[in-house]
This record gives sequence, C-alpha cells and structure tokens, in this order.
Amino acid sequence: MSDAPLLEVKDLRIEFPTRRGTLVAVDGISFCIAPGEVLGVVGESGAGKSLTGMAIIGLLEPPGRIAAGEIRLEGRRIDDLPPAEMRKLRGRRIGAIFQDPLTSLNPLYTVGEQLVETILTHLEVGRDAARRRALQLLAEVGIPAAEARIDQYPHQFSGGMRQRVVIALALCAEPRLIVADEPTTALDVSIQAQIITLLRRLARDHGTAVMLITHDMGVIAETADRVAVMYAGRIAEIGPVREVLQAPRHPYTVGLMGSIPKLGTARRHTRLVQIDGAMPRLTAIPPGCAYHPRCPRRFARCESERPELLAVGNARASCWLYG
Amino acid sequence: MDSRPLVRLIDAGRDFDVSRPWLNRVLEGAPRRVLRAVDDVSFEVARGETLALVGESGCGKSTVARLIVGLYALSRGRIEFDGLDLAAPGTDAPRLRQRMQMIFQDPYASLNPRWRVRDIVAEPIRVLGLAADNAAEGARVAELLRQVGLAAEDGEKYPHEFSGGQRQRISIARALSGNPEFLVCDEPTSALDVSVQAQILNLMSDLQQRLGLTYLFISHNLAVVSHVADRVGVMYLGRVVELAGAARLFATPRHPYTRMLMDAIPDLEMSGKPRTPVAGEVPNPLAPPAGCAFHPRCPHADARCRSERPQLRPVADGAAACHAVEEGRL
Repeated sequence: MSDAPLLEVKDLRIEFPTRRGTLVAVDGISFCIAPGEVLGVVGESGAGKSLTGMAIIGLLEPPGRIAAGEIRLEGRRIDDLPPAEMRKLRGRRIGAIFQDPLTSLNPLYTVGEQLVETILTHLEVGRDAARRRALQLLAEVGIPAAEARIDQYPHQFSGGMRQRVVIALALCAEPRLIVADEPTTALDVSIQAQIITLLRRLARDHGTAVMLITHDMGVIAETADRVAVMYAGRIAEIGPVREVLQAPRHPYTVGLMGSIPKLGTARRHTRLVQIDGAMPRLTAIPPGCAYHPRCPRRFARCESERPELLAVGNARASCWLYG
Repeated sequence: MDSRPLVRLIDAGRDFDVSRPWLNRVLEGAPRRVLRAVDDVSFEVARGETLALVGESGCGKSTVARLIVGLYALSRGRIEFDGLDLAAPGTDAPRLRQRMQMIFQDPYASLNPRWRVRDIVAEPIRVLGLAADNAAEGARVAELLRQVGLAAEDGEKYPHEFSGGQRQRISIARALSGNPEFLVCDEPTSALDVSVQAQILNLMSDLQQRLGLTYLFISHNLAVVSHVADRVGVMYLGRVVELAGAARLFATPRHPYTRMLMDAIPDLEMSGKPRTPVAGEVPNPLAPPAGCAFHPRCPHADARCRSERPQLRPVADGAAACHAVEEGRL
C-alpha cells in the first residue's frame, strides 16, 4: 500500500437550495482512501453518506450541488470536471455498485451484452476480446457456468447472482476506486456473506480502493480497514475499524454500537442501549455539535461551538470531550 | 395463568397457484404450477411468550403470519386460537381474530397518508365499538399514543410528519387499540435504523411485560431474534427445520441450516474466528429438491437426505428436522 491517497475528499459541502432556504446535507467532511484500502462509511438514514458517494462519482441529483471543498482522484481534481469528462472517468477510473441490482441492470439486454458494451466503451479492445474479458469477469465474481449464463437476461439470475453481475460491471475497466452504496442490503445473510468476501478479495487482489457505504456495522466489521461514522452530514468519528468499533470515542458511536443487538452476549429481556430522540432534520441542525441534544455527556461548550475532528489514539473524533 | 397454548398450528400449509394464464395453458400445454409456500408447519405459542420465526426471503415466515391473522386462507391443516379451530363451522372466527393484531414491516406503506394519526389509531376502536362516545375514544387514543412514547397532540398530525421509527410507534398504537392479546409482528424493525430499532425493540418488550402480550415475531435477523425471543422456529423453504428455546438454539444450534445462518452473521466482535463459507443459494421453491430441501447446500448430506424428507423430531429442548441429527451423525 503506497502512502499517497487514491481518493482525497477535502471540506466537502453539499447543499440543496430550496424555496425556504439552503439545506446543508453534507457539511465540510474530509477523508482519504489509499489504494487497496476499504473505507467503510456508516451512519443512519439521512446522515449524508450516500450523498457523499454520489458526489464522488459525479451523480449528485440537482438541485443538490457541491457548494465547497474538493475531490481528488490520484491527485487530480474531479469535482469540477465537465459532465462529458466525468462520464469518461466514471466506469473507467471509478466503478459504482448500488443497493438494488435489478435497477442497475437493463432488463432488455443479456448480461453479456451489458458487460461487452461497458468494456468496449472504456477499453481499446475488439468485440471478441471484450467477450472473453466478460466471461473472465463473470468467473471472477463467482458465477458458476459463466459460459452458459453470459447470454441470459438479468431476470434469470437470483438476487445474489445479479449483485455479482453488477460487481462484474463495475470491474469492467479495472477502476482504481469502487464506490459501493449498500451493496448487500437487499440480500439475505448467507448471500451477504458471500458478497462481502468477494468485495474484500477484489480490493486486495487488484489494489482497488473501496468506499463502502452501509448502515450495517456488521458488514463494516467484516470488510473495512477504516471506518468513518457520519451523523447529520458530518463525520463524528473516523479511524481504524477495530479501534472505532471496539473502543468508540464519540458518544454517538458509543450509543450506536450499544444499540446493535448482538448474538451470544444477548440475553432475553435485557434492554438495548437506546439513543433517545432522532437525528435532526436538515432544516433544524442544532448549533454547536449536531449531536448535543441527544448526547448524555454534553456540556456548555457543545451547545455553542462546533467540534473539529480531534485525534484520540489512532482515530479522530469530533467531540469536545477530547478537546 | 392458563397453561393451554394461545395459538397452535397443526400441519398448516398454504399453496399458491402460479400457473400461466388459462389461455397459455390451453394453447401451449403449459402445466398447472403450484407453489407450496408453507407446508406441514406445526408449532404452539404459549401465553405471554415470544415465538420468533427466522429464515431467509421466501422461506414462508410471512405467509405463516398472514395465515394466522387470516389474511390468507389455509390450504391444509388447522390453526387453533385459544383452543378453538379458526376454520371450524361453529367457530366465530372474526370474534377470535379481534384478539390478534398485526404490525407490518414498512411503516411508510402501512399508514393511510390521508388520515390523521388519531383516526388511524381510533379505527379499530370504532370498528370494534370499544368506546362509548367521542370523548372516551379521544381519551383512549391519547393514552395509546403516550403508551408508545408519542405525545397526545401528535394525534392531530398526518403520517408524513413522522420519521420511520415514530411511524412504527403509530402502527403499534393502532395494533394495541383493539386490546389484543396476541400480536403478529412481521419484520417490525427491518426498515428502521439501528438506534431506532433499539427504541422499538425496547418499547415492544416493555409493552409485553405491562400488558401481558403474546408475540409472534417474524424476522430475518438472528441477532434481533436472540434479543426478543423465548423460543425460535427456523424456517427453510416453507418448513420449520428447527424449533427450540432461544438459549439452546443460540448456544448449540442442531440443524445444519441453523448453523449456517449463525455463521453468516457478520462478526461484530472481530474475534477473527474462522467462518464456514456459505455455499449456494436457496433453491427455487417451485422445484424444491427431493428429500431434505437443504441437502444441496448441506455439508453433511448423504443418500438418505437426498431421497427421504426428514420430519421434525424432538431433540434436547426442542425439535429438528434432520436425518444427520436423528442418526447421531451430527
């Protein structure tokens, strides 16, 4: 693993202008991902994790827009590229995997046609070579009897197999970065485990950086090297996955980890740790630390001053407890 | 307390006809095709306990829930509530079914967006004629909303003004408004964030203790189930493959499918314990494998498993449908 980050996000701010004022959905977040590294981005619905992913692949839906900050891929700034250039980059340098494999695949084309078209778009190869590569990709993502299945339509595949096809599509041009947004959420646990193992192996074998967006801490624990915990459009805590999950520093991470039912330690009629209240709406993000109204350890400073990410151990947490 | 089970399923089964339309069958000679969504399912739910059904998509757990509350009719077998056969001619089934309610998975789809919350919660009260007048109804609705952790004033709002977790609280208030004894909860927290899920699970546990409720809890999440269940039934392709007390099931799962499910759960503790890679997928329920439906994915399958369907047989604190367990090979 080289030290130069493959992806660098700096002070990214995503806004939605509305008639009633501007909503800030992602508020000044910074992180980077090294080649071959899996960064997990975890948070509850509305925390801004998917928007961050969409901003990186240049698919932010208007009126959402990047209002400040920059995104660099291999040192080159990509957030201000014209749409045509971004389209070339997407698929070639950045691959994307979304939650629902059925909406990522065109039902009217065979899996092979979709793979070949993608390969021909991005790589300088002939049709025969593209088909060979498509076959090789299907085999690599673990589709049995790839020779027979390449000419089938998406509806002939099961959910887990479809997600494998989507991963194969994302891998077509050997991208340097894969943004995977909830890639296992629509799948059953036994299939989920297979897909996690596959993603992990691909990142390692190809030196691909992966940004894994999920709400599932279990998936993060199994897959990620580092994890960023997002809350209300900000990073609450970021650091090595073992440290953040086993010795969380930010009170939000502490609460989040406690609220996850665990197998084994679980006993009937024991209460789960519960974080009262809900994440604030974008229209009403509290001043200071966005988590302070729900935080059991808040003090005066939290209500007025917004904490920056502060180093604690090998991780960083945006909490005044460590200021 | 009455020791008879509150709910009892005896060899319950439900088929769905998934044949092509009549014209295709006549012109193309396409055969009739029947999907056995639930087959030979028997279990009991004791008063005041929580029985959880777990399994992957398509295993029939939601169909069982719908059979019990009467959203689907049985194809085979029998369901008893409080000792009475729900389908028998002499039984007043609608009256018995008033004593059960259902909570659905998706709190965005299960509340009428055009109704105020107070009307949503009051509907069972009105249908069942439980309140003497408007004032009594209003007081009951306010009490129910407070009981699930909302404010009485929230009754004036519409569902879109609430978050997913709050909507699920409204669903629970509505389910409780008919004074049920038995709640069928079909994936009540699957659509919620973990911190909200914890709130709802805690609330359900509090309500059970306070109101003496009996739950049938349907979920695909074993960790959630281990938190709420007294007993657990594991389903695979329409059948119960293992039924056991929660403590025993999670400590020493017997059926290979139960073991596989537990192995597949991501390890939050990161103990680095090796995981058995899970092979294969759930087979097509229209053409289930012969013998034990799990045999194509089972590491312990032998000739008998491929030809003879195992029956649910008693094992320590529960039952399992597995030849290998029965023969002592496992």
